[in-house]
Amino acid sequence: MIVRLISGDTPRSPILTALLVLILTCLAGAPFIFEGVRALDTAARICIFILLVASYDLLLGYTGIVSFAHTMFFGIGAYGVALASTHMGRGFDALLVGSVSGALAAIVLALLIGLFSLRVRAIFFAMITLAVASAVAVLVSQFSNITGGEDGLTYKIPRVLTSANRMGEVMGVKFTGKILNYYLIFVCSLVLFLTLLRIVNSPFGRVLQAIRENDFRAEAIGYRVVWYRTAATCLSAATAALAGSLFAIWLRYVGPDTTLSFEIMLDILLMVVIGGMGTMYGAVLGAVLFVLAQTYLQNLMGAASHATEALPLIPELVDPDRWLMWLGILFVLSVYFFPTGIVGRLRRQRAT
Amino acid sequence: MSDPILTLKNVYTDIAQYHILQGVDLEVPRGEVTMLLGRNGVGKTTTLKTIMGQWTAKSGEILYNGQEMKRLPVSARARAGIGFVPEDMGIFSDLTVEENMLLGASSGPLDPKRKEWLLGAFPALGTFWNSEAGNLSGGQKQMLSIARAMAEDRELYLIDEPTKGLAPAIIATMANALRELKAQGRSILLVEQNFSVARALGDSAVVMDDGSVIWTGAMAELAENKDLQENLMGLSMEAH
Repeated sequence: MIVRLISGDTPRSPILTALLVLILTCLAGAPFIFEGVRALDTAARICIFILLVASYDLLLGYTGIVSFAHTMFFGIGAYGVALASTHMGRGFDALLVGSVSGALAAIVLALLIGLFSLRVRAIFFAMITLAVASAVAVLVSQFSNITGGEDGLTYKIPRVLTSANRMGEVMGVKFTGKILNYYLIFVCSLVLFLTLLRIVNSPFGRVLQAIRENDFRAEAIGYRVVWYRTAATCLSAATAALAGSLFAIWLRYVGPDTTLSFEIMLDILLMVVIGGMGTMYGAVLGAVLFVLAQTYLQNLMGAASHATEALPLIPELVDPDRWLMWLGILFVLSVYFFPTGIVGRLRRQRAT
Repeated sequence: MSDPILTLKNVYTDIAQYHILQGVDLEVPRGEVTMLLGRNGVGKTTTLKTIMGQWTAKSGEILYNGQEMKRLPVSARARAGIGFVPEDMGIFSDLTVEENMLLGASSGPLDPKRKEWLLGAFPALGTFWNSEAGNLSGGQKQMLSIARAMAEDRELYLIDEPTKGLAPAIIATMANALRELKAQGRSILLVEQNFSVARALGDSAVVMDDGSVIWTGAMAELAENKDLQENLMGLSMEAH
């Protein structure tokens, strides 16, 4: 049953299996295991980023396409929900219309980019995606009467998904609409992640991997490479847009910095590389590590600085203000020691 | 005699500034094995790649079943019924043997009877069915490459030096598989330097030199005439 659910793509490493089970358990029980709003917010971000990174892995890891437009699709999904909620008022219909139109808009844009530029060499495709993503970010910031410009948009989501909706106590925890909102995000992310896993393990996914390895060989067997690349780009864009919609439902705010910035694009790239490209499970580990480090590294360093204040130099080195430097060092080290990503390393360990 | 399955008329192909094919004329008769012979660097591989569409013919005609193919994309040529086994084997190393074979059947699932036949012809593939293709030996990779091209029934196979660098036992396996393919009525255009294989399999031969065809005739005639071999290829094929 479980093997069927994960499309036969077993982790193939006991450590990886244990880590994935641990992550799934923690995310499934987050409102009951961890206390506080910050923990729930971190868990929701992890769910959304797992989905976003997995959708990017479909493109980069499975098809070998380098794109810098992934945050653009994420943003389109987020703005879809924001605009629908702003104009249609709070309601599930607005969320649904926003999510579906965001995903459709992402597919259309991905189709256009794909058909015009996937025939050209990989580096040109990457440059074109970068140009289009930058153009969209500028447009969003310029059309402030529609998008709210740099300030972004704040809107209302159905009351049932907010903290105002108190649903009593479950296992000693006050079960509010916010927790319901979290479970909406958790379930949607899980279902979409399993769908992506199904796609990469289908005959379609096999062709994508063949194209990644050698596009001419795949073409010479009879596969229309441009068609497959475009389809992968559209699927990836639609999933990223849905992740963006979930993010918008969770935050109840969208702005260029939270959904469209190039920094998020770099974060996604790092998460894919650290987790392990072309593995899907790499997206899970990469997103968990990255979001946890982003959220808690500063606190951890604060505690370390406090604990070592009697020592020379060390408290300054681990000062919480230097958290970005340490985050950078951690990533350089992880890429150096795990060139095939954590999942690649764990699977190789198992194979040898 | 029926129409040839493939006809090349006055085909010219340039690669960058080099004029590699300079008016190639050849025919591949239906249901026969045609050997494409010649010294190294005369344009045999380029001829196969031009037929397949990896290199675009600058001029001339490429007729497959009477249809002009020059403007068709590579995948359309494959779907029209041409199987291609490149010299560098062209296997997908990151995928398993099974996945490579499943990919070979591009228009539908791999037919169980065909799979059974291929695993009978190349037993090593069955042994390493779930292994990554990149971990196979050179001979096994070559077997996989040919078996993958045969995973789907195609009318014409273009095969580039399938026995290059292989042990005699594997060459025999390969030759048997090609013989079975011929017995099924399929046509093969085969570039081969191994003379015993060429003599055993070839019905007709096309000899190239300097980017064009200089001799066409029966393989048996070429095999028996050492003077002709030396005249055409500058060496006796027995020496190979």
